[in-house]
Parts: sequence; C-alpha cells; structure tokens
Amino acid sequence: MAGYVFLLILILSVVGYYVGRSAGNRFISGTGAGAGQVVHSLPGYHGAFVAVWVGIPAFVLVLLWLFLQGTVIDNLLLASLPASLTEGQSASGIQLILSEIKNVAAGRIFKEPTPEIESAAAVYLRWEAIARWAMVVVAIAMMLIAMVVARGRLSPRFRARNNFEFVLSALMIFCSMIAIITTIGIVASLVFEASEFFRRVPFNEFLFGLRWEPQIALRADQVAGKGAFGAIPVFTGTLLIAFIAMLVATPIGIYTAIYLVEYSSDRVRATVKPIMEILAGIPTVVYGFFAVLIVAPAVRDTGSALGIAVSPNSALAAGAVMGIMIIPFISSLSDDALKAVPRTMRDGSLALGATRAETMVKVMLPAALPGIMGGILLAMSRAIGETMIVVMAAGLIASLTVNPIDSVTTVTVQIVTLLTGDTEFDSPKTLAAFALGLVLFVVTLCLNVVALRIVQKYREQYE
Amino acid sequence: MNQAANAEAPARSAETIVVDDPNMNPIRVAAKDTSVYYGQKQALFDVSIDIPERSVTSFIGPSGCGKSTFLRCINRMNDTIDGCRVEGLITLDERNIYDPSLDVVELRARVGMVFQKPNPFPKSIYDNIAYGPRIHGLATNKSELDGVVESSLRKAGLWEEVKDRLDDPGTGLSGGQQQRLCIARAVAVSPEVILMDEPCSALDPIATAKVEELIDELKENYCIIIVTHSMQQAARVSQRTAFFHLGILVEVGPTEHIFTNPKDERTHDYITGRFG
Repeated sequence: MAGYVFLLILILSVVGYYVGRSAGNRFISGTGAGAGQVVHSLPGYHGAFVAVWVGIPAFVLVLLWLFLQGTVIDNLLLASLPASLTEGQSASGIQLILSEIKNVAAGRIFKEPTPEIESAAAVYLRWEAIARWAMVVVAIAMMLIAMVVARGRLSPRFRARNNFEFVLSALMIFCSMIAIITTIGIVASLVFEASEFFRRVPFNEFLFGLRWEPQIALRADQVAGKGAFGAIPVFTGTLLIAFIAMLVATPIGIYTAIYLVEYSSDRVRATVKPIMEILAGIPTVVYGFFAVLIVAPAVRDTGSALGIAVSPNSALAAGAVMGIMIIPFISSLSDDALKAVPRTMRDGSLALGATRAETMVKVMLPAALPGIMGGILLAMSRAIGETMIVVMAAGLIASLTVNPIDSVTTVTVQIVTLLTGDTEFDSPKTLAAFALGLVLFVVTLCLNVVALRIVQKYREQYE
Repeated sequence: MNQAANAEAPARSAETIVVDDPNMNPIRVAAKDTSVYYGQKQALFDVSIDIPERSVTSFIGPSGCGKSTFLRCINRMNDTIDGCRVEGLITLDERNIYDPSLDVVELRARVGMVFQKPNPFPKSIYDNIAYGPRIHGLATNKSELDGVVESSLRKAGLWEEVKDRLDDPGTGLSGGQQQRLCIARAVAVSPEVILMDEPCSALDPIATAKVEELIDELKENYCIIIVTHSMQQAARVSQRTAFFHLGILVEVGPTEHIFTNPKDERTHDYITGRFG
C-alpha cells in the first residue's frame, strides 16, 4: 500500500512539473496572464517549483503517517479492550496481548484465541484499513491543494529559479542532518543503556576496577562466577594491542610513503600503489586467519626456540597483524600529504645543496605533518575499534599486563562475547557491553580532539 | 631581407653570434654544445656560452625558449625531473659538472638558486637562513651561526627590516621581502654562482627595484645569472645578455650591444617587440 502511495506521489509530482512548465511556456510565448512582462525564470524552473511543492510535503506526510500510525492504533486498541483483559497486567503483559491480537489479525494462530481477542483482532483490522485509506486520501488532497496553490503563485515575474534553489538547499540541509541525527541517536542509546549498567555497578568500580570477570549467572540454575566489572584490564589490553599495531604500522607506512613520493621510479610506483590498495581491501576476517594460523604459531615457536614461554594468543601476534592491516591507511594518507607539499619547497631545499633525505626530514615532513598525523589518527582509531582480528587472535581472559607475549583481551572482544549467546537486557553482564562501548567512544573522541589541537599548534603553515 | 648588398641588416645565422668584450672578467661557467631532452623532445640545441665571474649575465627570450632549462642545467636541478637528459659539457671553474665523480649536493652548495616564486620554508626567518649553513656544517656554534644569518640578511638588504622578528615565520613577510629572504638563504651557504629564475616576476615594481639594487650589489662578489622576461630589467642589471629562441642560443654579447646593435634578425625583432 505504502509503495503505491509513493508511486502516486511520484506521478503527481511529474504531473505538477508539466503543469508548471506549460504555464512557464505560456509566459514566454506571451499568451498567458501578465503577457508582455519580462519572464524571470525558464519554464523548467516553473515546472520544478510546482513539482517539489507537490511531492516533498506529501512525501514527508506519508513518512510521518507510517511512522506514527502503529502507535496511535495500539493506543486506541488498548483503550477499547475490555477491562477484564488488561486488569492487573504489567507493561510486558500488555505487549504480549497486543502482539497476540496482531498475530490473530494476520492469521497466525498459535493457540485458540479467546472471543475478546478475536473481536479485538477484527477491530484492529478495520482500523488499519481505515488508516491506510485515510492516508491515501489525505496525501492526494494535500498534493492537489499544493498543486493549485503553487500554480497560482506562478507569474512571469515569479522567481521560480530562486525558490526552487531554496527548496533544494533545504533538502540538502535535511540530508546532512541525517548523519548528525543518527550519530546523536547512537550516542543517546549508548548513554541510556550504559546508565542502566551504572545503576547496577558503581561508576568507580567500573572505571578503576582491576578485575574483569563478567560471566555471571543469567538464570538461577547456572553455575557461574560472582562477577567483577573493572574495565582497566580490558582497556590496557586494547591499548597494548593498538600500541603494538601502531609500532608496526607507523614507521612502515611513513617510510613507504616517503619512498613512493621521493625515491621510487614511476614504474615501481605504478606497481606498489595498487598492491597497497589490495592490502586495504582484504577483509579483516582473513587477517584473522593469518594471525591465528601463521603469525601466532610463528611467534610462539620463535619464543620457545629462545627459551621464552609465549602464550598461544599473544598480544604480539594480534597487534602485529593489525599493524599490517593499517599500513595502507598511514601510507596512502602520508603519501597524499607529502605530495601536497609545494614542489617549489622541495626545489628550494635541493637547490641549497641538501640531499633528498635532508630535504625530506627538514622540509617535506614538517610541512606534511598535519596530514600525516591525520593518517596516524585514523589508523589508531581503526586499531582501537578493530574487532575481527582480535576476536580470532587475542585472548578472552582479561589479565592486567603490558607484556606483549602474554594473552590479553580487548574492549571489542569483550563486547562481542557479552552480546553473543544468552543475553538478557536487565543483567549487568549484557549491559556492560554498552558501558564498554561508551567508554571506548569517549576515549577515541578525546584522542581525536587532543591530536587535532596538537596538529593546529605545531603545524608549519605553507602559503 | 637577406640581400647580400645590405651587409648592415641583421641576418639569421645557424651559429650563435658571440660578441666579445675585451673587459670581460675571467670565465667562471662555460657550456659547450649542451643539449637537453625531455623524454623524446629536445628542448635545447647545442648551446655554447662563456659566463664571466663577478658580473651579471641575463638570459632573455620568449616563453618556452629554453632559457630556464639551461639555467637549471648549471646547478643540475634538471636531475630532479623525470625523463630529463643533458648532453654536452658544462664546466664550473673548468671542471665538468656532469662528471660522475662530482657530488651534485656539493655542486648545488656552490651554485645557489633563487626561484620565480618566493619559496621560503615554513619555518622562522632565522631557520630559513640557517638551513643551508646547518646542513653543510658551515658554523660550529650558535654565535657563529648567528653571524652567518646576520651577514646574509645584511647582504640581502633585509637585516634592518627583520632583525627584531627573526623568530617570526618567513612566510609572513611580504612578497618582495620573501624573495630577498630567499636570496639571503642562497647567499648564506657562500656560493660562487647564483642562478635567478625570473626572480621579480611575482613582485610589484617597488620590490622589483629593491631586488635589482641587491643584484647590482651582489655582483661585486658573485657570478650571477638571471633569467628574465623583462628586457628593461636585463638592460638595467646585466653586463652581458644572451638571447635564446626556440631552444637555440641566438646571440650573446655585452648588454648595450645586444640592445642597441643586435647582429641577428631574431634578436632585433625580439628586442623591438616584433614577437615575444
């Protein structure tokens, strides 16, 4: 039904376009009202003006209607139910009754419905039909009125071109708002669920606790730990692995970029760049295999050859593979930043008798620093938020250590384990995932802000 | 045009016309049959020229005539362009600068360069000047380096204007000051030759006049080669002028000679504004 309404809106908009355009054509040929005046806008703009005023308000109306219709009908339905049915029910009990009514209405009958339910289902079906047709009628009426009003405003001196642009800019503002609103929504839901968690577990205990044992019992018959929600070991694990990854990726990425910009021949560059892009396109789960099956055993074998006991899920293996994964981010952004440094700067240094290495270190890198820092930061947030590699290659036990050959766990791994399998949204075990997510979000946000300040302060401005 | 009877009329010649000057200083830079190729395309054809020390030599000619290309051969800046190839012989103090045993970094310290657009580094004024002396180890301590910076800025006539703000960024100066900063930067490594590639094309007339004045002072100690589009500038600052056309060095001689009595038809046409 909704699909047909949208089709109708489209058709009427097209009709509106032709109505407006033919009015515009008449203005130009001097046969319509106000003949003889200089026409302000081309006929196409008159058409577009009518079309957007027909289409957009109706479209928004239908969207809102579809969004609100369910809630309104549910409330009406509840009010009409006999008191015997709703008496003494909790909120979730009422939800159960509502979904039973809807199932019966849709013909999905699981158990023999009571007569009250059956009559309520009939009412529900009738109201839904009314709502559907009401929507169609209101939408059509609205579009017709809009068409008449918009057509009435057209005249030779009417600024359809500017008006159309105004509507377009409003549309663009709306589109850019979507991303912002989504972000706000995500943060709000994180904050909401996290605050649920913090009502069960004290804030200080979470932030400064040194033990992380979230596997508490969800049901009375489960055997499980008592639970401890100290996030410090989890965050140390994340930072340790991210640090190892940056240690691998930063020098390799920057040196790669320097080589490509300053030293490589065009042929080498044409080969290396696409290969780096392939590296960026490998799914992280494949990196995960690589870490588990090749790097981790290699690290352990090397360790035992040297007489050092290395854990099978060492932070070193996970971090190193993650470092390989983020090399392309750093190298390609550094490459862009270095290439953006004006050539005259480089020539100036070379002409003073500096070698290419001196030119790079003393002139090019400082000038490109903001861009390079941007690349490093992007890579860092990738490393902190990266999930798949660590789920496969890092451990699950939160041990508080900075030893790279020990097994550590990360925030993302913990979120995955907390939200898979048995979940219950009033248990601290599940809610802890949201708290972890919130803190992770705050940490990366702070990181970005601090780094931006540093870049602003120390960048060497050219031009 | 090429009537034999009219012997005074300038004529086209395949050979470079060289007008000697008995008062010319000893030769510092010399080129012999230098050709430059960008990939398959030849940009410069068999240029031979002698450039005297302690004087200003200007290269003039229409755009794309190869004068900048030749200038960039003298400190081997063309090496940094992919696909650029130089043939022939260029000597600095009678030593071939394209000799494989020669260190190009050392060569560029002896042959400084000033570019068309002022290109100070995004560093402080002090660090801009100190850049060359630092990488070449010309100063052993801070006070010596301060001395080099001050004397370079004085030579470039910039000291009085910037002495109170040496820590300000060089990019904050005006265009003319930036160009003089670049000249000071080149002077700071004590080169023997200074190449200038249209140093005034991005400057206003007053800044241009200052830079020209500076060039005139610098010629007492340096061999200066300047590429310019302005014939008035060539006439004002240089003692010798070389006219390039389509990759060929057409005529070279004392500046007053080139501007008053050119021997070649193309030189004549160019300086009288017939083309270019």
